[in-house]
Amino acid sequence: MSLVARHLEANGIATVVVGSARDIVEECGVPRFLFTDFPLGNPCGKPGDAEMQRQIAGMALDLLEAAALPRTSVQTPFIWSDDQSWRARYAQVEAGNAQQLQRLGEARRASQRRARLEDAG
Amino acid sequence: MPDATDTTHRTFVSYIDRTREFYQAQGYSRAYQWAHFADVPFASLAKPLAQCRATVVTTASPIPEQPLVEGVLRGDKQVWSGATEKRPESLYTADLAWDKGATHTEDIHSFLPIARLEEFVASGRIGSLAARFHGVPTDYSQRRTREDDAPEILRRCREDGVDIALLVPL
Repeated sequence: MSLVARHLEANGIATVVVGSARDIVEECGVPRFLFTDFPLGNPCGKPGDAEMQRQIAGMALDLLEAAALPRTSVQTPFIWSDDQSWRARYAQVEAGNAQQLQRLGEARRASQRRARLEDAG
Repeated sequence: MPDATDTTHRTFVSYIDRTREFYQAQGYSRAYQWAHFADVPFASLAKPLAQCRATVVTTASPIPEQPLVEGVLRGDKQVWSGATEKRPESLYTADLAWDKGATHTEDIHSFLPIARLEEFVASGRIGSLAARFHGVPTDYSQRRTREDDAPEILRRCREDGVDIALLVPL
């Protein structure tokens, strides 16, 4: 999506990326980025919280208006929960799931090989 | 007031690190090369926001007849567009990498801000909504995104007279 932002912007359309994967967006480099420090999935605000969603959309518009330079990032003030454990749990690799992940990878590679064979056939 | 966060490490999640470690643990030896640029383009607003026409770009897709395979990323997906006037009540996100343990995407307004932008049109903060919003596939291939999908989104935005775009990846 950051690549789309860059292309639109290079062709005169002002953009703002509204998202939660801060490192991915900032490593790519976009003109304007509104960051909400939430688990991936709800970049526009918590499900069911229309007021928060309104504020985030409003901040995205503010950023479109106010940014004077590329790579302008703004973080919204919202926190997901007092319980921060979601941060560690996402795509977690630990001793307990190492074998399961290895099997998952093998199964996916096998399914991709089958798909390639079917395509070729 | 300080909370219980461990501030001996950065607090926000590095999805680049997490993705690399996750796929390494699955036996993939070559880590993904993320997009990285030194230069970033910038287009100042050509007119006041109250006169601008806005669109939204999402990574979600229309509900398919058959469930898509998680982790395949692009599959057969293409750039797609929907009418903002008939905005959908739900979109398909099951194939995308978001935090399925911590949240859900049953409230479309949590990832597609069209209804919220309609309110800003009504209040005069922005001029109008474009006739269409757009979807772009999440693609392993940055070349396809750069050379095919991004130009297609631009073409559709120009057709609709778009001035500003909110890009909302899940």
